[in-house]
Amino acid sequence: MIDFEVSEAAKVVQDMAHEIAEDAFRKIARYYDDHEHEFIKETDEIIKKMNMVGLQAMSALQEQGGKGSTILAMLRQEEYNWGDAGISLGATNLGLGNAAIFAVANEDQRNRFGTRYASMAITEPCCGSDTANIQATAKLDPETNEWILNGEKIFVTGGEHCELVVGWFSLDRSLGRAAIKSFVIEKGTPGMTVTKLEHKLGIKASDTAAIVFEDCRVPYENILGNPEIQPKKTTATGFKGAMKTFDATRPYVAIQAIGVARAALDFTKEKLEKEGYTFPYDLSQHELSVVQKAILDMEANLDAARLLIWKSAAMLDTGERNSLDASFGKAKAGRAATLVTQKCVELLGPLGYSREWLVEKWMRDCKITDIFEGTGQIQMLVIARTILGFNRDQLK
Amino acid sequence: MVGFTLDEDQKQIQDMMNKFAANELRPIARDCDENSELPEEIMEKAWELGFCPTMIPEKYGGYEMGRSAVNSAIMVEELAWGDVSLSLGTLSPLLMMIPILEFGTEGQKEEWLPKFCGEKFFPATGALMEPRITFDPIKLHTTVDRDGDQVILNGTKCMVPLAQQAEHILVYASKDKGAGAASVEGIVVDKDTPGLTIGEREKNMGLNPLPLFPLTFKDCAVPKSRVVGDDQGIDYMRLLNLSRANLCAMAVGVSRASYEYARDYAKERIAFGEPIASRQAIAFMLAEAAMEVAGMRMLVWRAAWRLDRHEDATREATLAKMYCAEQTMKIVDYGVQILGGHGYIREHPVEMYFRNGRGFAAMEGLATG
Repeated sequence: MIDFEVSEAAKVVQDMAHEIAEDAFRKIARYYDDHEHEFIKETDEIIKKMNMVGLQAMSALQEQGGKGSTILAMLRQEEYNWGDAGISLGATNLGLGNAAIFAVANEDQRNRFGTRYASMAITEPCCGSDTANIQATAKLDPETNEWILNGEKIFVTGGEHCELVVGWFSLDRSLGRAAIKSFVIEKGTPGMTVTKLEHKLGIKASDTAAIVFEDCRVPYENILGNPEIQPKKTTATGFKGAMKTFDATRPYVAIQAIGVARAALDFTKEKLEKEGYTFPYDLSQHELSVVQKAILDMEANLDAARLLIWKSAAMLDTGERNSLDASFGKAKAGRAATLVTQKCVELLGPLGYSREWLVEKWMRDCKITDIFEGTGQIQMLVIARTILGFNRDQLK
Repeated sequence: MVGFTLDEDQKQIQDMMNKFAANELRPIARDCDENSELPEEIMEKAWELGFCPTMIPEKYGGYEMGRSAVNSAIMVEELAWGDVSLSLGTLSPLLMMIPILEFGTEGQKEEWLPKFCGEKFFPATGALMEPRITFDPIKLHTTVDRDGDQVILNGTKCMVPLAQQAEHILVYASKDKGAGAASVEGIVVDKDTPGLTIGEREKNMGLNPLPLFPLTFKDCAVPKSRVVGDDQGIDYMRLLNLSRANLCAMAVGVSRASYEYARDYAKERIAFGEPIASRQAIAFMLAEAAMEVAGMRMLVWRAAWRLDRHEDATREATLAKMYCAEQTMKIVDYGVQILGGHGYIREHPVEMYFRNGRGFAAMEGLATG
């Protein structure tokens, strides 16, 4: 059915999340932007509050007959990011690594790793978008039945305060993407060192780490998914499986952008209204002022982006393959949100540029959303290959 | 609860309309555009699809299968994907039917609705747009004044589909010139009423097959009983928003047509030793087009969904219109660009999609459902 109704129960969840965003996140937003790398002491408190919302979401889910859990998550995620994207990423106990574990871990692994905060370590100095070309290696020591991991990972979100690292390593670089597997490494394992925390343009409250692996040994059982290299076969738990995980996480990443952009737009409208601007929806195109048109354009673009994300989220709930729609959502959101936050700073003149207001920070925070989890250009490439039916050789 | 899957009925509508568009509209579209012709045959074939009686209650002779702006959006997207001009032609009776169905008095419904349930195409239309640069559909300059048991119309209209052929025209006019939506009434005017002059057929950038006409009203007197809804009148914003939802759905259709054609062409066209689709400049235009077709469609459905719930949809319909007009122009522009010089020639359909696509920013009240 085509339905845009957010249920009453879902609205309660959304309101709860919004309250936390306003009370807890916004209050500390500027502080952690000014104090990069300082440990977020409010983390436990925030996690407790978010867990309450999580419980409310479970109750709402029941009221909805068990359907629509991803949409409920979208509603929360948008509010938390409306509050603060950096805090949202920094003061959390669930990471991208958890998504990977959830997707492919076996019973034993689930028991051992539980729901401890797991970061995802893929990118290396040489390769970001070109994930198939990573140079980190994993070699099996047959005597001790351990994997020996070597390599350098960068841009690991939550790499500092996570308890587990899910890292991508190659079993045999000559065999390309088929030989790339993921491994779970517990913090404290000898040979794994956080060597650097990045200084960033935005989302400063989120720790972004470089992690070096030097003959780091992990038990055989820490490999996620099938350890066999199957060059011709695409397996559900191999590289393709990892990509499928991204289809599932892409809506979550995309909705972050919407949250931040909406914060900027809400704020900008409020400030302009105080200056006497109005934003009616029934003015003809010749009557609209430049400012009014800009606001309406931003609203339309954000709404379109949000709905594309919701569509991909709804497909997850109904078990449909959502790769193309997930890419639509991420591509549109990254681009639209970035432009919205930039336009908002522009519309607010010199005060928009000042650190007195959070809007300049939201523009800085938002920029990453068109880059991480697949840049906007890679999304375009994925979309293009899909609609053309072209492989990597046919469209580079 | 939020969901975006078509149900069985909607899939059937979509399928049926898509087949009609592919088999009946597309094969004749180019010739009709060259000859500025709207064949009677296609009007009758479309009439057989029965989208008028489907919406009309049984007691007025219809099939009473329900009405939904969302289903309408799904339907007209496919028809416009076939051809915008031919679609608008076949849909023009709805311009009179919908306002009467929604807001007519019992007497008016009894008088007019059965006419839309007959065997043959019933030519009827609506007149909303007015010929000035700053035309604002909410602030109409055509006026309607009360005079005893008559109303008097004065003003000019343009882009009225099938005016010469139609027996009746539903004219939108204001009780207070230039005032807002609350002042607008819909009046059913017979074609040969004294004071009404139908001008020469218009020539526009696009929509060539669709006969469009200017109208002049000079002290045109019409019985008061022809005012739709009598003293209660109409909810003009609702009708305008219904029209916008449909027009935007058509914009999605023509955008999709342009993008799909360009995509298929780009896969075959070889340059520098490989298909041009293998180059990012081209591939990214196509990717953006695909993404925006999907995005536009969401905004259209959202506006239509609210209309089906009888909620005010002015915000949603306005945002959809702004967004769809802009994205459509961009996409149909890409369509020509991707075909290069060949896109400029009146053989491939992309130049036609380009001319037809530009209209959506200006079009109001040319479609409703």
